[in-house]
Amino acid sequence: MDKGKQHGWLVALSLLFGAGNAHADWTVNMRQGVTEMSRQVYDLHMTIFWVCVVIGVLVFGVMLISMLMHRKSLGAVPASFHDNTTIEIAWTVIPVIILVAMAIPATTTLNAMYDIGESDLDIEVRGYQWKWQYTYINDDPAKEVKFMSALLTPAEEINNLTAKREHYLLDVDNELVIPINKRVRFLITSQDVIHAWWVPDFAVKKDAVPGYIHEAWANVTEPGTYRGQCAELCGKDHGFMPIVVRAVEQDEYDAWFAQKQQEAADVYAIVGKEWTMEELMAEGESVYTRNCATCHQPNGQGLPPAFPSLVGQGLSVGAIQDHIDIVLHGKAGTAMQAFGAQLNAAEIAAVVTYERNAWGNNTGDLIQPKVINEQLAGQ
Amino acid sequence: MSAVIEQHHDDHHHGPAKGIMRWVFTTNHKDIGTMYLWFSFAMFLLGGSFALVIRAELFQPGLQIVQPEFFNQMTTMHGLIMVFGAVMPAFVGLANWLVPMMIGAPDMALPRMNNYSFWILPFAFAMLASTLFMEGGAPNFGWTFYAPLSTDYGPPSTTFFIFAVHLMGISSIMGSINVVVTILNLRAPGMTLMKMPLFVWTWLITAYLLIAVMPVLAGVVTMMLMDIHFGTAFFNAGGGGDPVMFQHVFWFFGHPEVYIMILPAFGVVSAIIPTFARKRLFGYPSMVYATASIAFLSFIVWAHHMFTVGMPLAGELYFMYATMLIAVPTGVKVFNWVATMWQGSMTFETPMLFAIAFVVLFTIGGLSGLMLAIAPADFQYHDTYFVVAHFHYVLVPGSVFTIMAAVYYWIPKWTGNMYDETLGKVHFWLSFVGINVLFFPQHFIGLAGMPRRVPDYALQFADYNMVSTVGAFLFGFSQLLFLFIVVKCVFGGKKATAQVWEGAHGLEWTIPSPAPYHTFSTPPKIDMSEAHG
Repeated sequence: MDKGKQHGWLVALSLLFGAGNAHADWTVNMRQGVTEMSRQVYDLHMTIFWVCVVIGVLVFGVMLISMLMHRKSLGAVPASFHDNTTIEIAWTVIPVIILVAMAIPATTTLNAMYDIGESDLDIEVRGYQWKWQYTYINDDPAKEVKFMSALLTPAEEINNLTAKREHYLLDVDNELVIPINKRVRFLITSQDVIHAWWVPDFAVKKDAVPGYIHEAWANVTEPGTYRGQCAELCGKDHGFMPIVVRAVEQDEYDAWFAQKQQEAADVYAIVGKEWTMEELMAEGESVYTRNCATCHQPNGQGLPPAFPSLVGQGLSVGAIQDHIDIVLHGKAGTAMQAFGAQLNAAEIAAVVTYERNAWGNNTGDLIQPKVINEQLAGQ
Repeated sequence: MSAVIEQHHDDHHHGPAKGIMRWVFTTNHKDIGTMYLWFSFAMFLLGGSFALVIRAELFQPGLQIVQPEFFNQMTTMHGLIMVFGAVMPAFVGLANWLVPMMIGAPDMALPRMNNYSFWILPFAFAMLASTLFMEGGAPNFGWTFYAPLSTDYGPPSTTFFIFAVHLMGISSIMGSINVVVTILNLRAPGMTLMKMPLFVWTWLITAYLLIAVMPVLAGVVTMMLMDIHFGTAFFNAGGGGDPVMFQHVFWFFGHPEVYIMILPAFGVVSAIIPTFARKRLFGYPSMVYATASIAFLSFIVWAHHMFTVGMPLAGELYFMYATMLIAVPTGVKVFNWVATMWQGSMTFETPMLFAIAFVVLFTIGGLSGLMLAIAPADFQYHDTYFVVAHFHYVLVPGSVFTIMAAVYYWIPKWTGNMYDETLGKVHFWLSFVGINVLFFPQHFIGLAGMPRRVPDYALQFADYNMVSTVGAFLFGFSQLLFLFIVVKCVFGGKKATAQVWEGAHGLEWTIPSPAPYHTFSTPPKIDMSEAHG
């Protein structure tokens, strides 16, 4: 069937509902996407859709004719039939045939999606409340690239204080970058609750379940930036953990990957040096804003009782080691995560220093990244 | 409803007690049915007001009215209250009023238990609603309460939610045992199973579904309770448990549950369409078998709610095929209703309008359900607004419309007065337009990629969300008109005859309107022309 025509039909239908204000990427139908699988899924979707439309038109057509013709006000006299074996067998058997006809392409597509072939690149996707962590798996752990990817849209846009930019809620600080025309395998899991990693353009949606590693793959044929969102309710900021994948040519990918590896090496250097209070506070504020402020709030007051205040009470002004421990290891049974796996030693030292000195806490404590690094190494 | 007249005083016939104690101690199926229906309507307005908070927040992108935490509490409470507080008790109320009158029984078989099963509900829902005022807020993990979000990460009020669910389950099980015992033991002589009205049949099957799955729900919430308070790790991967097992157990309850909410609706529509088409129901035996087949299939399709949970290929294929099969008996039912209308002599009073709207809109919901059954396509539909549109089409113009149709259809029998036909039609058209403006655009935003259960969304979804919210408020406020029509009918109106509707058949139309406090104290003679088989 002609795809353009199909789309036109849907648009016409949707215009009936009076939504004329068209956005650039305004759409009323599933995306065709940029992988062989996503195109197969789209075709399957359209096929079933048209089968359903035909069934609907037939059933509602008969009803409509009946409602128009067989009215008491037109003097209709009720017939007395109340069964007909032939027709009852027909409307049982014909749907079965239609269903079998639909099941065949669905089975083929599903089979292809579950084909566990050799992959060119393996990426671990780990869900956290409320961000994603991507690890480019390498046999040599020193060459692994690992980073967090979180919402970039500022709170001012969400709270309607400034104008919303393009890609509102669909922008992240660190995009996942993959090469095109390569089979990329995603190993999907979660650190806390169940999330779901969904990129509509790849027709990949897989639950990230703690304790499980699920597998999905994509072979992207067109360079571009593809956006998705977490699809399983995962708590307060479920609506604010987008996914952005940038698919690029192999050489561009190689350059990006080399740069990421260099950044990882740089972190070792940073952790080793002596930091000043000003450096730690500046870095700490930035780490705090990105990682802590959604729960504990920018002013440190938190949202008690779920998210306690950090101002003038509790661990922030208590023993330094307890404070470091909760940041590194989290607190079981609460939303407080183990940041030891997400942040580097410099970032943890900075954020602990920041929390102990910001908002009038003024403990004067200064924690060096080296100390944290030793604790991380000692585990 | 004061739908009661004093009976002539002999030993067997006495009227209701006076005052509030009449309602507290009553064992009369009509009184209890009335209380169930009013309770359900109150919950419908409460759950509906939560839905309006959700839609108001989604009117525009950005956060305007509520914060994400409270938004999640609203989606959760809306779902729980509508499913367990509005739809299920409404059908139990209809069963109480109608089953004894339809089978020629004097009352429900277990009247005292009937009283208990109703009076548990206000306490259960008071407990559930009270969580909104607790420190940490109400349950915020969706009505499906997936672990570990609802266990290790749930708010302190989760414990109250668990006990509220236990109470609702006890109420449902007692109510359904009562229905089964009544139907199997108290039928008037000559009322064989295959002569029962379809509403009775669908409720008999629904009652068995309830007895089978409510203990499973009780089991899953008990496991949650153990995980939260007693150190077990049923659903905690860190302790050797399995979060996916939660979903299997939940949906083993959850899928039959959705049929629990629709099968009695099938029964209502199967009563109304023949009446206003003035023609016998087409294919009565196939309707019974189709209902039984749907009930059976409901137990073996649960994991189609979990296509993205990482099942092996064989699992995906099995649940896809099994789910597609449901289309066959469901199709048979729709075709039977259409064939009943065909060559009838139709009039379009309010109950008929709601019933026809049900057939059309439920079929749309059924067809989108068929699309959702296709596992590879479901990877794109799952957890988007397409799913929200689908299940609201089968639940609102499905179950809720038929409950309204039933009220309009039988209220003359309950109160002795005709409702205001003009207002009834206005109510229908406002609801019909409202519901479609509300839910139809959600198909589009779902396909375009908007996830469900989000308090805010990307800009390309803005237009249809705005349209949807307008529809929500139209539909929501139209229900106040429904309240007005019902109250007006209770207090007066044109006197109803015993027959009420020209084309109505069945034992309930042989007794006066309003139905006396006690009916069929001696079993009626079954006139074969009144029977359905």
